[in-house]
Order: sequence, then C-alpha cells, then structure tokens
Amino acid sequence: MSELGASCLSGRGVTKVFGIGKTVTVAVDHVDFDFREGQIISIVGESGSGKTTFSKMLLGLISMTEGEISFQGKPRVLKTCAQKRKYWKDIQAIFQDPFASYNSFRKVDSVLLDCINMRDGKALPQKKKEEMMTEACSFVNLKYEELTNKYPFELSGGQMQRLMIARIFLLKPKILLADEPTSMVDACSRATILDMLLKLRSEVNMTIIFITHDIGLAYYVSDQVYIMEHGKFVERGNAENVILHPQAEYTKRLISDVPKIYGNWDLTTV
Amino acid sequence: MNTIRQVFRSAKFVTGFVIFIAIILLTILFPLFITYDPLDVVGNGNFYPPGTYISQKDTIKANPYELRIALKQSNVGDSLKTDELDKIKEWLTQYGGMGKSEVQDADAESLIVMWTDKYNPSKRFRGMLASEQKYYKRLNQKLTELLTDKDIIIAEQDENNELKEKSKVKSSDFVNLKEISNKRTLVLGTDNFGRDVLRELVSATTTSLRIGLIAGVVATAIGLTLGLLAGYLGGFIDDLILFITNLFTVIPSFVLLILISYSVGQKQRGVGLVALIIGITSWTWTTRAVRSQVISLRNRDHVNLSKLSGHSSFKIIMTDILPYIASYVVMAFILQVSSGILSEAQLSMLGLGPATTSTATLGLMMNWAMLYSAHLNGSWWAYFPVLFMIAMISFSLNLMNTGLDQVFNPQLRD
Repeated sequence: MSELGASCLSGRGVTKVFGIGKTVTVAVDHVDFDFREGQIISIVGESGSGKTTFSKMLLGLISMTEGEISFQGKPRVLKTCAQKRKYWKDIQAIFQDPFASYNSFRKVDSVLLDCINMRDGKALPQKKKEEMMTEACSFVNLKYEELTNKYPFELSGGQMQRLMIARIFLLKPKILLADEPTSMVDACSRATILDMLLKLRSEVNMTIIFITHDIGLAYYVSDQVYIMEHGKFVERGNAENVILHPQAEYTKRLISDVPKIYGNWDLTTV
Repeated sequence: MNTIRQVFRSAKFVTGFVIFIAIILLTILFPLFITYDPLDVVGNGNFYPPGTYISQKDTIKANPYELRIALKQSNVGDSLKTDELDKIKEWLTQYGGMGKSEVQDADAESLIVMWTDKYNPSKRFRGMLASEQKYYKRLNQKLTELLTDKDIIIAEQDENNELKEKSKVKSSDFVNLKEISNKRTLVLGTDNFGRDVLRELVSATTTSLRIGLIAGVVATAIGLTLGLLAGYLGGFIDDLILFITNLFTVIPSFVLLILISYSVGQKQRGVGLVALIIGITSWTWTTRAVRSQVISLRNRDHVNLSKLSGHSSFKIIMTDILPYIASYVVMAFILQVSSGILSEAQLSMLGLGPATTSTATLGLMMNWAMLYSAHLNGSWWAYFPVLFMIAMISFSLNLMNTGLDQVFNPQLRD
C-alpha cells in the first residue's frame, strides 16, 4: 500500500489512434500514469475502453501515436530489435485467451524452453534446462512429464494459463502485465490462477499490472486502481479509496454492476 | 496427420489426385517401355492417321493362309476418293439418266453398281471434253481393277531385266498378323513432321509439367517472400512491396509475358527460361493473398508471445506465421502450376514459347498442329489429344485445389 517504491513505469500523454481520415478511433486518449515498483496495479474498464491497446503499448508491441513512456525513470527507447529484446526481459505478459496464446503447431514445452533460452542462454546443459522446467511446472501444480510432447489442444484452458504463469516464473521479469488472465477460465481455475500470481509476486517481487473488467477482483488483489473509460483514466488511486468511495460516475456504475449474491440486482444501469 | 487424413477423405481432392498421379505415372512409365526418341521422325509424310501400320513387303512375303470367309466389297467404295465419287454422281445425272435425288443419297456401293450398269467405255459422250472422257475411262479402269477377283501376280526382275512371276495373291489369301515382324501401332497417328503423336505427347506432358512446376515454384517463392515481408513488417516496406505488386497487377501479366518473351529473343528462349518468365510474371496474386493473411495473423497473441520470448522476426515468420498459412500456400502453389502450364500453351500458340526443336511441349505441339492446319484438314489426332491432356492436367489440379479448399475452409463444404 505504500507509495514509497521507485517509479517503475510511467507515461505522459500516451495516445493511440487507429484509422485515418473520417474513421478515426481514439483508443487511448492522452493518459498519464505512474506505476510504482512492487505494487499491484489494476486497470479497470468495460470492453472497448482501451485497456488492451494500452497494455500493448506498455509492452511495446504496438507503437504510440503520441506521448512517451519512461521505464525505471529513463525514457523508453524501442527502436532496434536488441533494445526490444532487452526491454522484454524486464516486462512480460499473460494474455487473456490461453487458447490463442499458443502456437498450435509447436509442442507446449517449447514455450518454457524459449524462456530459458532467452533468460539464461542456450548454452545451458539439457539436464539443467529440464530441471528448471520441472521446477517451474511444479510451481503451478503441473507435472512436467505429462506436458512434454503435448500440443496445445491437448491441454485444458486452466492448464494452459497455469503454464503461462510457469513461463513468468522462469523469466522472473520486473513487471508482469496480466491482461484479464482469468476471464477465459472457470471460477475454480480463476481462484487457483490468482493465487499463483500472488504467490509468484511474493517470490520474485515484481510489479503486476492487472488488467480486468471485474472491479471486485481489482479490489481483492490490487494496491492501486486506475479506472479507464473511453481511453481515459477517469479515476485513480488507492484501491480502497477508489472502490469504497468512488468519485466518478463511471466508477459508481461499474461498482453497482457487480452481481451480488444476496439482494436484488439493479439492472436499470445496464 | 489428421489434416492429411481429412484431405484424402475429400472426394474432389482424391479424384483430382488420382488423375494427376495417373498423368505423372504415364510420363514416368511410358518412356520406360517405349524407348525411342520422342521426336524421331516415323512417317515420311505428314499427318498419318492413327492405326497399326504393317510392312506391305512383309505381308507379301508372309505365309498365305486361305480362308473361306465372305470378303467385304465395301473397301472398293473406301478406296475411292470423295472427288471421284462426286464425278461418278455427276456422270450418272448427266449421262446415265438417273434422277438427282436418287444419286445424291446413294452410298458408294450402290453408286458403283449403277456405274457398272450404265457406263460403256467405248461410247463417246457428246459435249464432254476429251480430257474428261479420258478421266472417266481411267476411273472405270480403276473400278474394274478394284472389283475384279483376279489374282494379283507378284513378279521379280531377273538378271535380264525381265519380269518373272514369283507368286500370286488370291482374294482368299490371308496373312497372320503375328507372323509379320515389321509393324508399328501409331495410336494417335503422326504429326506434321511425321513423329509419333502419342510418344511426343507423353514427352511434351513431361516438359510442360516441368515448366508448370518451375513457374509455380518461382511464382510461389516470390509471392510468398514478398507477402510475408509486406504483411509482417508493415510500414514502409509494406507500402513499397504493395506498390510493386500493384504495378504488376495492373499490367495484364499476359501482355508482360509476351513482351518479355519477345524481348528475350528467339535463340535464348529455352524451356527453363520460359518457365522462369512465366514464374516472374504471375506472383502478384500470391503476394496479395499471403500479405492479407499475414496481417490478420501478426497481431495474434501467440505471435505477441513469441515476440516477448525474444524470437527474431525471421524465426517468428517461419514458426508462428508460415505454418498457419501453409495450407493456403499449397493451394496457391497448385493453382500456379496449373496456370503456368496454361500460360506456356498460350505463349507457344503465339509462337513465343520455348524455341526448340529438341523438346516438345504441349503448347508447341498445338502450335505445330496449327501452323500445318491440322484443324482444317481434319487431322484431329494432332491437336485434340494435346487439348485433352492440357484440360486433364488443369482439371485435376483445380479439383485438388477445390478439395483442399473445402478441407481447410469448412464453410465451403457441401
């Protein structure tokens, strides 16, 4: 809950515009942000609010139309492949759809192998690599022996997403960008996955940027909450402050939209 | 593996595949059994019709067998030419006192019967040119010779240059075809140069398939490379490649093909070069198709994940994009092969195909048949089998393509 951590990732006037001429869509509209080291930051918003575009810009997968992002206090430069590769050692992601995250023509263990090759080099003896992969798998309660020689379609969604966490475990990045990692798996797997993410965080001490549409989940896991509406941050701050005392209309609506198990649902705002 | 099994369950693909493999087997196996040079000149004239040719000398020398079977006379009619029959008709109406309709519909046999009945060689006909009188006499002579049952005497010259009877050939004499050693079956006759059309056709098919293959490989390689680069890298490179592609697209590739073929010159234009020219003028479609596929793939999560895993662009293209469009590329390749074969045929028909006298291609065979007006003098065997072969190749390839399309694109399944 502290604000004491050094600035890890910050941005000023970050904008992304899609399209040319009349059919322009402003996905992310001049947003400023400052993410501190060691925190869990949630970015909450409904579908189409620009969360995923924002996260791809943070990752450097798509270019910004305007604005600049600083990484660890220094402006981020991603011109050459080498710069990008260096940056991606520090920031990693878990994507929304585990089924789309795997190359269906490659065996799943190649994903883990890639991570070892990236972080520790290819020179490592085969035995050591296998040990590391086994360790990573057991961290997410998977058996490495059962995964070898399997293709992605032979795994369940939950297993795939857990393997993604194992990937992060191997890479140990400074920042993890989790783009709705639990939205495509069932409630049971969701709890497991969240649990593992938190466990992973305490193990390697990284900053997690958690992108979600579920404000309840955001309240449950995060230190800081950013509420995004139509490409803008309409509210930000301490998780408890934002959620228990929302200021913006949009935030209030988001909170009232959370289904309640006890009591009647208010469907008027939907 | 599963996909391949599915592909071979598609009836369309299997039909096309079987036809194509049959053609390939024909081009491989046929030369093993019929070993003479495909461009050997077999006949001394042009356009000999299909059939079995047996040595006339051998039939005379062969052991005669006397058979008691009724002999067909119809061959008398067959050995008369059409203009001779017309002349007979003319005479019968003018001097024979026959009705026009009677004569017009009569077949050769009944015409001959009428002729022998009416014609008198010693009589002179009024109002007829002397040359015509002689012509009818000669015609009558020929007919009597054909109709006669007399034995044919075979004579040999002795030392004194005198003819000496050697043997007689009776009408009831037959020879056994098996006892004749010199014979050649020309299933599709000969072409204008007197070459065996069937043997030539098989060799031409081999060459044309090779041209199609080279053109297909070149076109697919260029199209795929440019498409992958443009689609994956985007930005300026995409603009540049798209500009070049559009440039090639708006100029009809066939015109381009003709211009390049023409400017290369008659002497340099070999089979390989023509294939290459066809290849480098027909890649645009593949580029555009591949590019649009890659654009839709490059923002998928698995590509992003590969990027985050530090893979190089080359590796991402090879492992994360190429396998996803492989089926598409195979289909494009099949189409390119098919259109390459057709393009060669078109070019050769215009006389801009491979300038060669040492190898035949399907297009060249068509060109030769056309130059010697096989289509006008009714020598169907010189061009129809070629057309059929071109049609079968392109039919089988397109069928395979449609079959693949239905497997890879379930929306198209019927």
